[in-house]
Amino acid sequence: MIDPKLLADHNLTLEEYKRIVSLVGREPNITELGIFSLMWSEHCSYKSSRAFLKKLPTKGKHVIQGPGENAGIIDIGGGLAVVFKIESHNHPSFIEPFQGAATGVGGILRDIFTMGARPIALLDSLRFGPLDNPRNRAIMDGVVAGISSYGNSIGVPTVGGEVYFDDCYSKNPLVNVFCLGLVEKDKIFYAKAEGVGNPVLYVGSKTGRDGIHGATMASAEFGKETEQKRPNVQVGDPFKEKLLLEACLEVMDKGLIVGIQDMGAAGLTCSTAEMPAKSGTGISINLDLVPQREEGMTPYEIMLSESQERMLLVAKKENVTEVQKIFAKWDLDAVDIGEVTAGRNLRVSFCGETVVDVPVDAVVNLCPVYRRPSRKPAYLQAVQKLDLPPLAGDLGAALLKVIASPIIADKEWVFRQYDHMVQTNTALLPGADAAVLRVKGQKRALAMTLDGNALYCYLDPRTGGAIAVAEACRNLACVGARPIGVTNCLNFGNPEKPEIMWQFKKVIEGMTEACRIFEIPVTGGNVSFYNDTEGLSIHPTPVLGIVGLIGDVDRLIGPGFKEEGDAVVLLGENRDELGGSEYLRAIHGLEKGRPPGIDLEREKAVQEVCIQAIASGLVRSAHDISEGGLAVCAAESCILGRTEIGCVLDLEDKARPDALLFGEAQSRILISASGTHLSKLLDLAAEKGVPAKVIGRAGGKELVIRQSGRDVVRLPVHRLFLAWKNALPEALSVR
Amino acid sequence: MKFGVVIFPGSNCDYDTFFVLKNGLRQETVFLWHKDHDLRGVDCVVLPGGFSYGDYLRSGAIARFSPLMQEVREFADRGGSVLGICNGFQVLLELGLLPGAMLRNKNLKFLCQYVHLRVDNPETRFTRRTRRGQILRIPIAHFDGHYFSPPETLRDLEEHGQVVFRYVDEKGKPTEAANVNGSAAGIAGLINRRGNVLGMMPHPERASEALLGSEDGRLIFESLVQP
Repeated sequence: MIDPKLLADHNLTLEEYKRIVSLVGREPNITELGIFSLMWSEHCSYKSSRAFLKKLPTKGKHVIQGPGENAGIIDIGGGLAVVFKIESHNHPSFIEPFQGAATGVGGILRDIFTMGARPIALLDSLRFGPLDNPRNRAIMDGVVAGISSYGNSIGVPTVGGEVYFDDCYSKNPLVNVFCLGLVEKDKIFYAKAEGVGNPVLYVGSKTGRDGIHGATMASAEFGKETEQKRPNVQVGDPFKEKLLLEACLEVMDKGLIVGIQDMGAAGLTCSTAEMPAKSGTGISINLDLVPQREEGMTPYEIMLSESQERMLLVAKKENVTEVQKIFAKWDLDAVDIGEVTAGRNLRVSFCGETVVDVPVDAVVNLCPVYRRPSRKPAYLQAVQKLDLPPLAGDLGAALLKVIASPIIADKEWVFRQYDHMVQTNTALLPGADAAVLRVKGQKRALAMTLDGNALYCYLDPRTGGAIAVAEACRNLACVGARPIGVTNCLNFGNPEKPEIMWQFKKVIEGMTEACRIFEIPVTGGNVSFYNDTEGLSIHPTPVLGIVGLIGDVDRLIGPGFKEEGDAVVLLGENRDELGGSEYLRAIHGLEKGRPPGIDLEREKAVQEVCIQAIASGLVRSAHDISEGGLAVCAAESCILGRTEIGCVLDLEDKARPDALLFGEAQSRILISASGTHLSKLLDLAAEKGVPAKVIGRAGGKELVIRQSGRDVVRLPVHRLFLAWKNALPEALSVR
Repeated sequence: MKFGVVIFPGSNCDYDTFFVLKNGLRQETVFLWHKDHDLRGVDCVVLPGGFSYGDYLRSGAIARFSPLMQEVREFADRGGSVLGICNGFQVLLELGLLPGAMLRNKNLKFLCQYVHLRVDNPETRFTRRTRRGQILRIPIAHFDGHYFSPPETLRDLEEHGQVVFRYVDEKGKPTEAANVNGSAAGIAGLINRRGNVLGMMPHPERASEALLGSEDGRLIFESLVQP
């Protein structure tokens, strides 16, 4: 009955199949095969990445929960903890941008409130192909609308993130969604199925045929009478999820349940297998009791459905009525579909027959782990070699063009479609270096950022991986926050290609080193492989979600200059580096060179000076120097304040002018400070061994940059503002 | 003064509004459950923002059938103060407590941003802490905030001073660009003839603390509380 074609349809190798047979002790039936194929998929099992992910540091004294649960948890003191996680929804967002992105939001929210936390912030990292292609514009339009529709409705603010463009994402857009929730430390819940005899409750939406793995639908043994084609992308219902959120938090707050898990990827299969696997128990359920919205569904379909907005709860027996009462208050059913058992099997019955009986350990923990071969890609040598193009004549014109590059330009078109203020905690509006949320009733605030420069990773994966961590931390430092925890979404091509595996290995090495030096634990994350279409892989794209703490929210500052006459100070040093820069790409069409080097100890010291200076009230603005280099950073500092303020910078560096303006040398922050605080600021930097130099003064209506006394840029701030402001709406309004 | 904040399924500014009233203005504040028939003796009912019933139909169209709305209507008829914010404003329109309807924003996109409002009627119980022509900086966050009513209704509203807030630029001019959602006559907030029911699209509860960027919204709550 089970032949090679069926195995191929289920993405299982013959070796994997033999392993299943030996673990189960017999040939699995079709439903059991479906269960293994899901749980042993790359997405659920991390079989290609697990060996490498183990290298990331996961320990820290404030870590309550590291990798392995629905989300990571970090103690922030005062009886509170933050729960956060990132997930990718890349493939569905390409097929159906609106629903793909919307259900990505829905899924990550469930991961957070499943743990008893109320979600308080969403951030997204979005990557699309260039906007001159109408298909890319349509994808971006749909993705943003999808995120907006789900997040806005459920009332969780989308407070930040990044939007990035490169041709490699044209047929592989990336949608990575990060969510953070707040929980009282003694009210955290886990995916446990403890207490033999405790009832298993199904809550939320009814189960339909949506999201069942497309490849399996063509099988002849089942579904002859069912529709052959079903969209593989689910449809989100944020209203239902809002009800589910409130009801779940209410039963958890009242301590009525034992454990809970959302039915996300792999639906009922994943929750009924993982919960008992973690608790050393088994689960027995009856599929006839599962609420269904379509007729004639087979056990295979019910177990594999990925219908959204569903949860599985294990309740104490005596509390079931009370739990059901609370769900009824929110117009939801909580249906008793089975119980926790002593045997360590997942047992599923349907129409009086046992249709599944497999050891949960085999399903969840015994998937083979692969150390796939890796090989240094041949392309590297070619792309790392950079022959600098001749210097452009008018560097002011170049700045106007770089600042209007969609990667750098204003993202208001995106952010104003998101409700970024609901819950009234948003202390910095989107567009700053990091998102900042106050914690009601406390002086402290939470900062968070999503970041990752994929071009650097393409040009040099190890350096790129380290910079991804360093730069995300630098974003936090610019708002005065110290990093406390990391989650990451690793988007790569096909891991069966040795070159991709090499990129993956190297990026993780770089990230690992940086996380160790910054002493920040990785509490979880997500790996998205197989981002290739028609043989073309995306750039290796690690997206780092880093959470930080700010001691005193009243000291919060933004990236924009505040006062005329303030000194402009460069923390760190300019260097003659142009490789991998946005300037080379935007002006010369080159994705070449070596990315900037990074000295992680120096980086940490620079950030420490910035954090301490903000905490002591010594600075009025701070902005990270990243894509677009010093010139773009200075221009943004002129634009991003409450009012536009110009500045004059006098630079003495000997570098090539375009490298000085647009090079992306790391470990630099542009700060403004009043005269009264200047000497203290410079003393602080000197004490930490960090170069700090007054390079100019804020004021006037122009951005003037001089090199060795000669103007290299002189532009009205308002002209820069317009170029920056209008670029994205104009690119998107082409018909 | 005792405030009651109504929770519909899908409300999501309920806690925000409660927080400002209770912690910011230190007023007795309770939640009112939409399925109840009890206003718990409040002096002012607030219908908060959100997506009641998901707003899958017309915004606010289902919430108006919630059991509690019967009491809210009677309360308004007795002269009780009712404030509808965003989705709450949409519910008031659906209830018929205020005239008109909401259409999709003119750019057909959700809009979350600060706007400037001009106070065109400071002589209401919701605005007595403001001055005529005062510019308030308060955020909006909605998909359907494009106010519509027929010309004769608009004339009537203007004649009776029922247009309380209008979208303007930062200098107070009612320009087309400032009217981001395309509302008729730039209407951002309306009051009924009797002066006890106010609906507004902008969110005063999001602009009631300096930390969040504006305290202008607080004036509306303070007006209600002022003896």
